[in-house]
Amino acid sequence: MTIDAADRRIINATQGGLPLTSEPYAEIAGWLGMSEAEVIDRLAAMQARGIVRRVALAPNHYALGVTANGMSVWDVADDRAEDLGARVGALDYVSHCYLRPRALPDWPYNLFAMIHGRTRAEVEAKRQEIAALLGPDSRTSDILYSTRILKKTGLRLADGG
Amino acid sequence: MKRATLPTDALDATDRAILNALQEGFPLSHRPFVEAGRALGIGEDELIARIRNLREEGVITRFGPFFDVEAMGGAFCLCAMAVPAERFEKVVTLVNAHPEVAHNYERAHRLNMWFVLATDRPEGIERVARAIEAETGLTVLRFPKLKEFFIGFRVKA
Repeated sequence: MTIDAADRRIINATQGGLPLTSEPYAEIAGWLGMSEAEVIDRLAAMQARGIVRRVALAPNHYALGVTANGMSVWDVADDRAEDLGARVGALDYVSHCYLRPRALPDWPYNLFAMIHGRTRAEVEAKRQEIAALLGPDSRTSDILYSTRILKKTGLRLADGG
Repeated sequence: MKRATLPTDALDATDRAILNALQEGFPLSHRPFVEAGRALGIGEDELIARIRNLREEGVITRFGPFFDVEAMGGAFCLCAMAVPAERFEKVVTLVNAHPEVAHNYERAHRLNMWFVLATDRPEGIERVARAIEAETGLTVLRFPKLKEFFIGFRVKA
């Protein structure tokens, strides 16, 4: 799946978000020397291809009181992992859910699910809900809490190429 | 991103309705605020003003398209290291110096440093992970995603 130079310019122009004006796509088009229809059509085409996941608002969950989070990790049987991962990912308190390779012997876990809550106790309660959902399909699990943000930057994409 | 929680009376019912509704999506159309405002029972000007205010107050982290870097040909990889406590700060500096390190978290575990590499091309991941191993003398465990699941995450405002 590839994007062309015009797509890339649209991505770079909207990485900081949409302009808050009545015709935001026309505004972006003006910056790039395109028509509004081209900007809308290209964003829609990229959405259809999964390059744009969605156009939406992301609230700051910390401001809304959802301040606790933990990376829960589970060792589930490989032949059940896709089905179980889909069920865990659909939970409204799970923000990321992935299957990843194990790193034996250090790391037996293959299903990663980030759990959010208002308190550490709420995160623990939700972890128990996931444990109940997985039942005996989860052989062992753990949860890792972050103790410090060491770096956090946004997506940066080089121009061109 | 501000990490402080707002007082509970900082948002009114309309603000909360906007935050809940626009998490689901925003139109790709000529006058999208008119369209989105109609469903919320408010006009275009009011919706724009409220989103601007919510953004200025730090209640919104992003408003616009969300991109999938991997679908664009780039790559992500979650990595972890077990860093000895006495070398931790030095290793933070070495790891964070790489622009490809997008996030880095200290976590309470034997594997105490977890970071995400983001590169324009898939082969960049190995290059940066090897460079970090050479610089630190520590093993970088690579946890590339094998499968990403649809996410139902929503924060109820």
